Order: sequence, then C-alpha cells, then structure tokens
Amino acid sequence: MPSATAKSYFWKAVRDSFPFVFVAGPFGLLFGVLAAEAGLNLVEIMSFTVTVFAGSAQFTALQLLREEAPTLIILASALAVNLRVAMYSASLTPYLGAAPFWQRVLAAYLTVDQSYSLSIVQYEKEPQMSLPQRMAYFFGANGLIAPVWYSATLVGALVGAQIPESWALDFAMPIAFLAMIGPMLRTLAHVVAALVSIVAAILAVGIPYNLGLLVAGVAAMMAGAQMELWLKRRGRFA
Amino acid sequence: MTNSGTPFDPVTLWIVIVGMAVGSFALRFVFIGLVGSRRMPDWMLRHLRYTAVAMLPALVTPLVIWPSATDGQPDLPRMSAAAVTLAVGFWTKNVLAGIIAGAGTLYLLLWLFG
Repeated sequence: MPSATAKSYFWKAVRDSFPFVFVAGPFGLLFGVLAAEAGLNLVEIMSFTVTVFAGSAQFTALQLLREEAPTLIILASALAVNLRVAMYSASLTPYLGAAPFWQRVLAAYLTVDQSYSLSIVQYEKEPQMSLPQRMAYFFGANGLIAPVWYSATLVGALVGAQIPESWALDFAMPIAFLAMIGPMLRTLAHVVAALVSIVAAILAVGIPYNLGLLVAGVAAMMAGAQMELWLKRRGRFA
Repeated sequence: MTNSGTPFDPVTLWIVIVGMAVGSFALRFVFIGLVGSRRMPDWMLRHLRYTAVAMLPALVTPLVIWPSATDGQPDLPRMSAAAVTLAVGFWTKNVLAGIIAGAGTLYLLLWLFG
C-alpha cells in the first residue's frame, strides 16, 4: 500500500486549495443569508447545501423559487447551470475511472470547480502519479473547502433573517453571479456566448414560465460552440 | 425557525432540493462512474464548455435591468454596480475582488443618490 505517499498528496491538495477558502467561505455565507431571507428554514438550507453541493446551481434555484417559476423549469434551469460538472466528470475519467466504485461515487459528489481545476493541473504536471495518489489529491482538494462551504452556509443561515433591508441584499445575488461570469470570459467564444445570452434573455423576457432562461442558455451555448469552431478553422483559437 | 420572506410551499421546495441533489449527482457520476474510459464526442464537450457562461448572464440580465427592489424601474446604482462587478471580475479573474468592487460601488452610489 502506497498509503504514506497518498497521504502526503492529500495534504498537498489541502494546502493547494487554501486560496479557495476565500471564495467558498463568502459564497457559502451569502447562500445561507439569501436562503434564510427568502424564507427557508435551517433544515431546508443545510439539506440543500449538503446534498446539492453546487454553488451556482443553488443560487439559480433560489432565484427561480423566489420568482415562483414552475418546479420543472427550476430543476431544468438549475441543472443546466451545472452541466459543466458533467464535462469535469468526463475530463477526470481517464485519471480516476479505474478507482474502486465507492471512491468514484464519493469523487462524483465532490466534483466542483475548485477540486476539478486543482486536480487536473496537478495530474498534468505529474503524469507518473499512481491512482491512489491521484484519488488522495482529489479528496484533499475538498478536505478543507467542503467543511468551509458547509459551515459558512450554516453561519449565513443563522444570521440571515437578522440583516436589515438597508444593506440592499436584494442585489447580492446579481453581484455574486456577475463576479462569477467575469473570470469565465477566457476566450472570444466565451464572450460571444455571454453576449448572446444577454441579448436572448432580453428578447425572451415575454416567454412564460421562465422558459426564456433555458431558451437563451441553449442559444448562447450553441453560439459559443460555433464561435469556437469558426476560430479553430481560422487557426486563431486561444 | 422564523420565515421572514415569502415562505415557499414546502412540498415544492423539497421536490426542488431532492431533484437537484439527484440531478447534480447524476451529472457528476455519469462519466466517471458509468462511461469509464470511453471518449466523449467532441461536439458534446464543445457545448458543455459554454453551459455556465451561457446560462448565468441570461439569469442575471433581467435582475440588473429590472431590479425587484425598485419595482422593476431601471436604477443607476444597481446598473453601475453590475458593470463594475463584471469588469473587475473579468480583469482580475478574481471572484471575490469582483464582489467587493461591486458591493462598494452599490453602497457608495446608494449613499450618494439614495
């Protein structure tokens, strides 16, 4: 058993993940606060955050719940926001796919932006890592972040309802989303997808049942994919 | 436990929570758990790459243009805060920097014009 070296990779990942504490902490806090403000009780908020474990999808569902969108639309839209984790799952499969079943179940639950981005960089940097070492690193990438996320949500949920209206928390959600979008605009194709998304959302505002969000999302996704192809053909894809 | 806002129908809420828990897990498990080492088609990966950046702007745009706090009237402090958040997030690639800059802009302008 290479458990000693696997253990050191676990702790390396915990150290590497440290900067993400300052993302997961405030985000978890904000989710707890906004969910409490929206009228969810402590059990509901914590069940939500522990079982779903996906920040942007949770914020999306919360916003659509507040808009009283139909249940199916809420689910479809929030899961669509989270479709990227399917891409992460696909991209991790060559590295972790041979692990024991229970480890893959746990790894699937723990597949989030932070653990994915840290791990894929590490695996590419040290291709000779063994499977147990890779798994240990992947779990370590959540060893600190997951507890921070849960406890920050808990704190937010506990203080949430006491925050006065003058703090203008109505706009915390848009600011949180916009702050997430900024760093996503890595290539021209991402920028095009975002622009199509904005324009389509404005045009689709009259579509009932909040379906406009899904329509705009699909249009923007296709625009991004087409732009990527076009840029590739011109040999300028960055 | 108190409900300060509009409480949702608990049944709807629990359907959403359970549905999202199952759905999110399925999305994460489908490849690493079931597909194994088979390769995914390029066109699928190409579309999945843009899901977040395609959905989130569509979600946030109406909230920025027609904010609920002003009964849907376009509002200078909120629009400016949105623009600053996006710009700072883009240039710094730092989510937290975007949030702080955006919240700072919002509070400053609400204090000046509010």
